[in-house]
Amino acid sequence: MTDTAQPALTKKDFASDQEVRWCPGCGDYAILNALQKHMAESGADPAKTVFVSGIGCSSRFPYYMNTYGFHTIHGRAPAVATGVKVANPDLDVWIVTGDGDSLSIGGNHLAHILRRNLDVNILMFNNEIYGLTKGQYSPTSPVGTKKKSTPMGSIDRPFEPAQFAVGAQATFVARTIDQDQKHMSKILKAAAAHKGTSFIEILQNCVIFNKDFYATTVEKKVRPERTVDLSAGEPMIYGAERDKGLRFNGFTVERCAAEEADVWHPDTPSHAPAVLIAGMRDDPEMPVPVGIMRSVEAPIYETGVNAQVEDAIATKGAGNLKDLVYDGEIWTVD
Amino acid sequence: MTPPTAQDTSAGELPLQQLDRVVIRFAGDSGDGMQVTGNQFTRTSALFGNDLATLPDFPAEIRAPVGTRPGVSGFQLQFSSSDIHTPGDQPDVLVAMNPAALMVNVSTLKKGGIVIVNSDAFKATDLKKAKCDTNPLEDGTLDGFRVIEVGINSRVSEALADSPLSNKDKQRCKNFYTLGLMYWVYSRPLEPTLEWLEEKFKGKDDLIAANQIALRAGYNAGDIRELFQGQYEVPKATLQPGTYRNVMGNQALAIGLVAGARLAGLKPVYCSYPITPASSVLEFLAGYKNHGVVTIQSEDEIAAICSAIGASFAGTLGMTGTSGPGMALKGEAMGLAISTELPLVIVDVQRAGPSTGMPTKVEQSDLLSSIFGRNGDAPMPVVAISKPSDAFELSIEACRIAVQYMTPVILLSDNFIANGAEPWSLPDLDSLEPFPVQFAEEKTEDFQSFGRDEKLARPWVKPGTPGMEFRIGGLEKAPSSNISYDPDNHQAMTDMRHQKVRNVADSIPTPEVDGADSGDLLVLGWGSTVGILRQAVENARAKGQSVSRIHLTHVWPLPHGLDEIFSRFKSVLVPEMNVAQMTYLLRGELPDHDYIPFNKVTGQPFLVTEVEAEIKRVLDESAGA
Repeated sequence: MTDTAQPALTKKDFASDQEVRWCPGCGDYAILNALQKHMAESGADPAKTVFVSGIGCSSRFPYYMNTYGFHTIHGRAPAVATGVKVANPDLDVWIVTGDGDSLSIGGNHLAHILRRNLDVNILMFNNEIYGLTKGQYSPTSPVGTKKKSTPMGSIDRPFEPAQFAVGAQATFVARTIDQDQKHMSKILKAAAAHKGTSFIEILQNCVIFNKDFYATTVEKKVRPERTVDLSAGEPMIYGAERDKGLRFNGFTVERCAAEEADVWHPDTPSHAPAVLIAGMRDDPEMPVPVGIMRSVEAPIYETGVNAQVEDAIATKGAGNLKDLVYDGEIWTVD
Repeated sequence: MTPPTAQDTSAGELPLQQLDRVVIRFAGDSGDGMQVTGNQFTRTSALFGNDLATLPDFPAEIRAPVGTRPGVSGFQLQFSSSDIHTPGDQPDVLVAMNPAALMVNVSTLKKGGIVIVNSDAFKATDLKKAKCDTNPLEDGTLDGFRVIEVGINSRVSEALADSPLSNKDKQRCKNFYTLGLMYWVYSRPLEPTLEWLEEKFKGKDDLIAANQIALRAGYNAGDIRELFQGQYEVPKATLQPGTYRNVMGNQALAIGLVAGARLAGLKPVYCSYPITPASSVLEFLAGYKNHGVVTIQSEDEIAAICSAIGASFAGTLGMTGTSGPGMALKGEAMGLAISTELPLVIVDVQRAGPSTGMPTKVEQSDLLSSIFGRNGDAPMPVVAISKPSDAFELSIEACRIAVQYMTPVILLSDNFIANGAEPWSLPDLDSLEPFPVQFAEEKTEDFQSFGRDEKLARPWVKPGTPGMEFRIGGLEKAPSSNISYDPDNHQAMTDMRHQKVRNVADSIPTPEVDGADSGDLLVLGWGSTVGILRQAVENARAKGQSVSRIHLTHVWPLPHGLDEIFSRFKSVLVPEMNVAQMTYLLRGELPDHDYIPFNKVTGQPFLVTEVEAEIKRVLDESAGA
């Protein structure tokens, strides 16, 4: 920035004048706080920033950001964001969604935005529950989840979001935790720097309908033993004493002593390691992976779409309407 | 009386007879290239200077089992030396490439008409595939028609004896032999098709040569073999002076969308999921990238409209296109565009429904669902194209309404228009009135994101504009754009959305009455029935009946002045290819008139004679009453 630049914006400048209406204690407050902070620290321009959301508790998010925002319809935020970003690639587009919005009703659009590799950031708040409709199991709830719509327990196997994303050829997949502000800041920064679709799953506490999930996995006191933070080029080590490690053994991941841990690479040509690491979530004996699970480069969709228009103009010349209307065989009647 | 056949035609003079108009129907297997044949005949006739109208009629299956009745693909065209409005009720000539094509189409042929059959395709196995117990060439099926049998398979093999192509590929030239034959009968020049083949098969010299040889062989066969009793000539039509091209509905529509966006000063962004019969709109637009057109082939119908909405939010002109089932899927997102008051053009190329229905057959049954088919009170203007040559200006009109009123607009077309072709009198492009969009860029003291201009349109702010940041969504909102559950606000917003769409009527002309200003009967049409109704009413008037006609291009809101027009007629006859949807609408909107619905949902357009008969029935009944 030069001396004549506008004074730097603060976190407060990114807060809208709307009263935040999540339940007291909801993990969404922490995410909102981290995002506003990230925006200020990264020098974001509110005029060029757009938050697009679907439907659900998480999707109220755009109303609280003093940027452009579009609260769309259930599951469709990736499709709306695709139109926004293709129409104006200069905009910095963030999608805010939840586990139901993105993996149930919007599963198709999530898969397709990831394979297209639009240059946007997706924040997927995963609380493993439907909150806004008052507590039904979600596509990420474990088998046997007993809620009002499943009094005898849910039957269907959950999606593992990172595996879904990696399977859809996502170029950046990470996981973070609402209450771990430092970790979230680091992940947001990496996601913002990534060119292409960044998919960030944020484990988020629904204190009303599903607090047990959170308490047993990622709450601060269990976090060191129950999670492993993955960083590129770093050994996969966890535990309060940093004494536990993970290593690959064929197509499995196994626990080992810290010194025997494998070094983590999120940019391997094959996405198999990311699939295996993400799959640890199914095993209660294994730590929940957080951090960056996948980070590779691929062509960006909106760049390609607009480049074709530019190429067509360069090769055929900028078309005028007359060329289009008076095209083909024309004849005159006098 | 036994009509003459090819066998008993004796050699002699071949007279040249002038005809005013001819209807030909080409029919064959869906792999026989009948659409290409029909399109070539159309193109050549257009270049020759005839007026014309076409009716492609093909199965939804790309290649149904060979030789079966479901696999029959047809192409009907009428070409004429005078002004015509329809592809014709009954063909004068049926070209049938196999028994199935003959059986499916023979009932539509005019009595005494000509049937040209490929006699090589009437072997026992062919008859079995077509479910014919006896050979229709021998069992009396064709009594009363002039039958001309040509062994097309053998003739093509002979003509291409020296071609290096495989036998299978040689047989694929059958359609050009047939086309050549028809060119001879109707004295058409070969050059346009010869040239077209060179372009089409550029780099494949064997294919060019074989098809050209087949075309010439067919033409010469007419000349040499004396299959026919003479040649016919359909002189040039006296079209209105102007510059013309031949155009298909979906193509004119696509060009119109480009023009509409240009007149609005916006980049067009067309997002669509392939669906019959709307896919070619996407294909045409994808070919116009050098005109600044952005296209996205979306993952589904919902994504397509949502991306178009996103594009409009970002300050371009979002557009999407589909057919009936896709409209059902887009419903919720249409509501979002209504609630957020974003301009959007939604093309619906209607087809027979419900559900998957008959994808390649025509119907006008999405009228009421277009106007009303969304959750909540969700009004939206609806514009209806009636023929390929007005698709251009009505597509522009849809864009105009969308940006001037900040609203999504449905642009209705149908399968008859989409794939039909006719000469298009090309517009003077300088006469097109621009309607440039003014984005709101400054926050005046009383600025509100959902404030109103005199038409009730809200200001359009595009992301990227400093100091104007705002949030929108499908939740009910206050004028500030903030969420509001206030009861009075919801009442006011609902009333406003309703009135805004009603206000569109202030910007559209009252349609003109074709014929006398008053009388016994007014025939009201909308959409692709226009040519048929026009012809039927002209015929009725020629018989001295007191009938006038009116055609609606804006089906919602209805234009001003209809009430007064209707009051000058005893009754209003409303022919439609649905179960009385327009009648239902009119009875609700303008209840003081006598509406008589006349409906047909066979997947085929009305016949002129059907409408004429109904006009007569109504007039007789009213005279008797």
